[in-house]
Amino acid sequence: MSKTIAEINEKIKKGKAIIITAEEVIDIAREKGSRQAAEEIDVVTTGTFSPMCSSGLFLNLGHSQPRIKLGGGKVYLNDVPVYTGLAAVDVFLGATALPDDDPRNKFYPGEFNYGGGHVIEELVAGKDIRLVATAYGTDCYPRKKLETWINLKDINNAILFNVRNAYQNYDVGVNLSSKMIYTYMGVLKPELGNANYCTSGQLSPLLNDPYYKTIGIGTRVFLGGGIGYVAWHGTQHNPHVLRTDNGTPKEPAGTLALIGDLKQMKPEWLVGTSMLGYGCTLTVGIGIPIPILSEEILRYTMVSDADIFAPIVDYSEAYPQRKPDILAEVSYAELKKGHITIQGKNVPTASLSSYPKAIEIANILKGWIERGEFLLTEPVAPLPGAESGITFRPLKERPIME
Amino acid sequence: MDISRRIVLHFPPRVTGQPVVYRLAKDFDLTFNILKASVSPGEKGLLVMELSGDQENYDKGIQYLNEVGVKIQSLSQDVVRDEARCTHCGACINLCPTVAFSLEPKTRRVLFDHNKCVVCGLCVKACPPRAMRVYF
Repeated sequence: MSKTIAEINEKIKKGKAIIITAEEVIDIAREKGSRQAAEEIDVVTTGTFSPMCSSGLFLNLGHSQPRIKLGGGKVYLNDVPVYTGLAAVDVFLGATALPDDDPRNKFYPGEFNYGGGHVIEELVAGKDIRLVATAYGTDCYPRKKLETWINLKDINNAILFNVRNAYQNYDVGVNLSSKMIYTYMGVLKPELGNANYCTSGQLSPLLNDPYYKTIGIGTRVFLGGGIGYVAWHGTQHNPHVLRTDNGTPKEPAGTLALIGDLKQMKPEWLVGTSMLGYGCTLTVGIGIPIPILSEEILRYTMVSDADIFAPIVDYSEAYPQRKPDILAEVSYAELKKGHITIQGKNVPTASLSSYPKAIEIANILKGWIERGEFLLTEPVAPLPGAESGITFRPLKERPIME
Repeated sequence: MDISRRIVLHFPPRVTGQPVVYRLAKDFDLTFNILKASVSPGEKGLLVMELSGDQENYDKGIQYLNEVGVKIQSLSQDVVRDEARCTHCGACINLCPTVAFSLEPKTRRVLFDHNKCVVCGLCVKACPPRAMRVYF
């Protein structure tokens, strides 16, 4: 049995497609058997809601009178600096950008209460944002200073462009040292005081399509509460990793670069986030539909938390020193019980990725497709697979002698 | 009957020089366990403690605190979760020393039990979307 995306779209338009979430599919397909389930089910929806630092926003602010060339100048949005190395009024706001006067980690651990991710959330929420800019002035762009309120509804373009989202599996962070550490995996208590993980496991988009057989460049997705697209494979995309028999990577693997119009997104799904002692970021909501084109594709979506294994990594020594050491592997089913055993010690677990929100996203996407508001797209090119030869390279340092 | 309550005491500047907690123990036979303290003579002070003892003595002790001008709040009202900001990620769950957070097994939503909170403040700064707030 096989189906095409065009056939599934026809069923969606007629209101006859069967859509279920990546959580629901596990039991339903086990009960019916994968062959029958693959015939009946047309789309499986996934979801994830996690902090994703490589997120950001391209803005075209519109031209002032007289004109100002922000390119090469300095621009702040609510005191957060944006990148201006573009044309006159295009700027880029990164999720981790911090105000110049933020104390960072001078008072350790720094609180990082407001940064680029928070500006993005406030823009989407329709709040006025304070723009302060200085420029050098040219014959065609004479103005040198600009201070004004801006609002998302008035500016030309606001394009969310996240170069790395939706990591396919991730580390479990722990701390073997005797001091509390403050990391992007959260606050890690000394001597294996806790263990934090950060994917939605069985609901996670790329864990349900481990070999990227349906998700590709051009795939239409739920992004930040609106519609977005897969623009490219994400940075650090690393398909050639150890995998279980059913294809699930046993370490961080594939990633996605996603793009979409911020104007149709919602603040509930783009949340400014502060990691104590680490920095600011943006928590991004993503949902990806998986067309059930064959029994094989259906079987991949049946992956459950018991089948997904994550490496436990010491963030006090192994991670910062880039040592490859892994303490153990642990399944998501074990992580979700609330405690795991590491080196004979009972360690409480916690997630930085919201499972309830991931379910909500998968259900919203399911609703959009059921109502015919969201049709599936044919990828225009596949994401690079293990055969591509792409690897995750470390930085090769070479001393600069001058 | 013995009772035990966690309370927040707000000291006006004129009271911070007085041995208030000593009097609670000596005159009313109450046991105390200080959870958090910020008291300097001549300035406003804050004390979070667990106060235990016989009900009658406890009531007399509270009456004494009122008489000397100490404002009393029950502890559980002081750390509040902004329900609209909480994303139910769960980052707080294994940080809380008194296990005031738990997961609802079916939905995996994060539950916050005010009664277990001792206002240590650990969750406030560690909460990624900053949904936990301390109110005094």
